[in-house]
Amino acid sequence: MAVIEIRIELKKGVADPEGMNTKKTLESLGFEGIENVRTIKMFEVTLDMPADKAKETGEEMCKKLLANPVIQNFSINVR
Amino acid sequence: MKDVKVCVLRIEGTNCEDEMAEAFNMVGANAEKVHLKQLIGKAPEELVRDLEDYDILALPGGFSAGDYVRAGAIFAARIKASLGPQLKRFVEEGKPVLGVCNGFQILVELGLLPAFEMTMTPEPDAALYTNDSARFECRPTLLRNDNKGKCIFTKDVAPKEVLMIPSAHGEGKLMSMDPDFVQKLEDNDQIVFRYVGPDGLPAEYPWNPNGSPSDIAGICNPAGNVMGMMPHPERVMTRFTHPDWTRGYTSQDGDGKVIFTSVMKQFLK
Repeated sequence: MAVIEIRIELKKGVADPEGMNTKKTLESLGFEGIENVRTIKMFEVTLDMPADKAKETGEEMCKKLLANPVIQNFSINVR
Repeated sequence: MKDVKVCVLRIEGTNCEDEMAEAFNMVGANAEKVHLKQLIGKAPEELVRDLEDYDILALPGGFSAGDYVRAGAIFAARIKASLGPQLKRFVEEGKPVLGVCNGFQILVELGLLPAFEMTMTPEPDAALYTNDSARFECRPTLLRNDNKGKCIFTKDVAPKEVLMIPSAHGEGKLMSMDPDFVQKLEDNDQIVFRYVGPDGLPAEYPWNPNGSPSDIAGICNPAGNVMGMMPHPERVMTRFTHPDWTRGYTSQDGDGKVIFTSVMKQFLK
């Protein structure tokens, strides 16, 4: 059994309106010193297979569904 | 006119299939709302349908599969997994495919648009991403026909004619990391509609509701038979849904109808 964490984030240079909007709102609540807010999406997938195979499978999952390669990068952490 | 069969394809969360089917019926087509499961045999026998039997495929708007993962991604992945080769054949035969709003997002995720190199790319070549405003933008928008004649959905629209077609979306910003993206679309005559302001000049927010580069609202594939657009032509089929219908708007038709009559002309032979 392997648990993989798949982290999907926007590529450098892609604007993150959700992050910017969240930053603005946090500032309006009085939080100070916020340099930047980025939104990141995380999937946790439990797989019935060894860890190395799980990582490979996770990569396939990203290519076929979880990430759009035009605007997003993904990284996989096997727990 | 021969019986033109339109497949208005839906899954859970699609919510503009009624208007889309009605729009095609209003211009003389025979539209049917079809669930994806009916096309892949996962339905009672009397409901099973074959994509090949249809002349036009329409992907309506909505929030298919709750817009989970990314808008349109789940619907696109399900189509690819179950119907990929048939859909590719459908497009290669030159049959019209229309995607509106969520349907446009699905076409991009499917790799059917912009599809520079091949009919259907294995990975998406573009993305429709969160509006610059980070909000759902819902209002009348003005679209200028910038196509030079390739797109079969705008054959009856005069060059540079402006149509009032409403937008309603949260993720409509067309993106690519290729710096020549817009130029490539332009060179291939793949740009169909651009948002313009009321003065006819390049649109600024809110006339461009999402921040799309070069104000792009709709594109077609290099063959011209697949078109995706964010605004909703099926919502303006009659004058009564034009915002100015009591204030001097004189035409009997809404501005969206011409898109449906244009594509129906293909079958008037």
